[in-house]
Amino acid sequence: MDLFEYQGKQYFAKYNIPVSAGGVALTVDEAVAEAEKAQYPVVVKAQVQVGGRGKAGGIKLATNADEVRLHAGNILGMDIKGHVVKRVWIEHASDIAEEYYASFTLDRAAKQHLLMLSAQGGVDIEDVAAKDPTAIVKLHINPINGLSLATARQASVDAKIPEKALNGVADMLVRLYECFTKGDCDLAEINPLILKPTGEVHALDAKVSLDSNAAFRHPEWEEYAATEELDAREQLAREKDLQYIGLDGTVGIIANGAGLAMSTLDVVNQVGGSAANFLDIGGGANAELMTAALEVINSDAKVKSILINIFGGITRGEEVAKGIVEAVKRVSLRAPIVIRLDGTNAEEGRKILAEAGIPDSQLTSRPTMLEAARAAVALAK
Amino acid sequence: MAIFVDQNTKVIVQGLTGGQGRFHGLRNKAYGTQVVGGVTPGKAGQDVEGIPVFDSVEDAVKATGATASFIAVPPKAAPAAILEAARAGIGFVVCITEGIPAQDEARVYATLQRDFPATRLLGPNCPGIISPGKCNIGITAGEIAQLPTASGPNVGIVSRSGTLTYQALYELKQQGIGVSTCVGIGGDPVPGTSFVDCLAEFQTDPETHAIIMIGEIGGSAEEEAAEFITNHVTKPMSAYIAGVTAPAGKKMGHAGAIVSGGKGTAQGKMDALRMAGVKIGLNPTEAGSLMAEIVNNLH
Repeated sequence: MDLFEYQGKQYFAKYNIPVSAGGVALTVDEAVAEAEKAQYPVVVKAQVQVGGRGKAGGIKLATNADEVRLHAGNILGMDIKGHVVKRVWIEHASDIAEEYYASFTLDRAAKQHLLMLSAQGGVDIEDVAAKDPTAIVKLHINPINGLSLATARQASVDAKIPEKALNGVADMLVRLYECFTKGDCDLAEINPLILKPTGEVHALDAKVSLDSNAAFRHPEWEEYAATEELDAREQLAREKDLQYIGLDGTVGIIANGAGLAMSTLDVVNQVGGSAANFLDIGGGANAELMTAALEVINSDAKVKSILINIFGGITRGEEVAKGIVEAVKRVSLRAPIVIRLDGTNAEEGRKILAEAGIPDSQLTSRPTMLEAARAAVALAK
Repeated sequence: MAIFVDQNTKVIVQGLTGGQGRFHGLRNKAYGTQVVGGVTPGKAGQDVEGIPVFDSVEDAVKATGATASFIAVPPKAAPAAILEAARAGIGFVVCITEGIPAQDEARVYATLQRDFPATRLLGPNCPGIISPGKCNIGITAGEIAQLPTASGPNVGIVSRSGTLTYQALYELKQQGIGVSTCVGIGGDPVPGTSFVDCLAEFQTDPETHAIIMIGEIGGSAEEEAAEFITNHVTKPMSAYIAGVTAPAGKKMGHAGAIVSGGKGTAQGKMDALRMAGVKIGLNPTEAGSLMAEIVNNLH
């Protein structure tokens, strides 16, 4: 789960990482009120979960209420790379002497934590990596040893952080690491990490991605879930506890198992179609799950055909088939279904589907994934 | 022969008295696996259809001589359960639990490396392992796995995805091709056992003559496998990678299946494996057909 900048800063603050005072605003009036509180000059920042806000005109300096009005008015509702700005963050403008970069992630290949630190911040870190890879220090941290202040200081020296900022940056790294580990982040990034003319080190931006598997020990995350940007289909799927991701195509997909669902998307694409979604109903594939899945797919106006791809393992083909027949009776579908049922007792399952009295215009069966995908794509055209 | 588990493997189930542990533990036993005990703290002295239950893994190992453990407990309890098994001297731990926080997985992995290097963890969030006719630990339906033949050729399977593993087993069964061992390494960010670990075992296993590998988007495990194949694997291979059409930045069901910052794409993985001499199927059936061709050429 990705956080907005303002949420990331609030999250940082819990771990004593210095961030600017500010507030979030949904309207121009709220923006002015927050600016008064934060005291001028302020920065008006678009809250979207995509990079390149500054270049798109989503970050502006304001020295009085009129300027806040102008900028907040322009930024709210702005489309930045397909993300519409619904909120702005208003914070007191910081004086900047220097800009650095710091982040922690899990390096899956090394199976260790990875610190990336650079004295070149405030720009896209991928650009720094491409132009001058030696400007980024990469340090692996064994998760059971953690990061000591001494190691953080050495990494800062290696990254050529100037003497005057060394202590501040090292201290910041230890705090950010604690936020990353205790806060169950997939990513905790500060870019830019700034040195103020007065000598303090400060987080001017916050990019935080949380590991949703750890939600059970972070009840405070519920507020973030409330602002997650889901479309109507994704919202419905979440209510029904389904693993669903909305896409732009015309073939609705239901499969059992994440790998099989991904694979179904691929095969639909190979035969010239496009998937409307990713939907994994898990191993069970019973009538309740199938009904919920069909309801979500049915709510998508773009769907022209539905491809159900089930491989029966422990759940046998006839049980899956009965579940589908039951679900088709419960949901009044707008689009025809093509089903591929394979695996344990698949033939018995196909027989149940064939003899259920559902007209061919509503449900047809194909023996392989490829043939089923072709049929579903043809129906979607 | 087979890899990691065979007819002599003695298994305990941590969480045998829970819903999943009981269901799959009993199925594994019915398949012929030596399921010799279960562990649920506070339930020592009870039994599940004749399988004795112990308070701790240590007690279970002392009483039964178990060498492997099947962990089917909730995400909160799984990290401690894995380390308890390792501490009790269990050499092979299969953890099917889905939803363990990545930070916990990383700490468990590092602890195993430092304190219990003799213990191999398979998973978490994996379907388990089956050496057909010998041992089945986990949630795989044993009847879809074709028995290996003494003369071969037999195929080894290694996969990150559950249902695609079953699909691969099924494709081979349709073609009458025997399977030496099928390993599901799981879809989480920090798997205890990697593609490379399995490929190394298959390469030295005399009963395995060819290998199917099923990968998916996210991370770089397939690229590391490709490098290992180039240098160490001489047995013929086919592979399939799921997620060619997955959008960037979205977790596709599995916690580890995500394309981020242009890295971990299916195309990159397929290219790397192709360079290593692996035949790439564009869907699971094609990977199965390619394997059938490989096997026919081995006869």
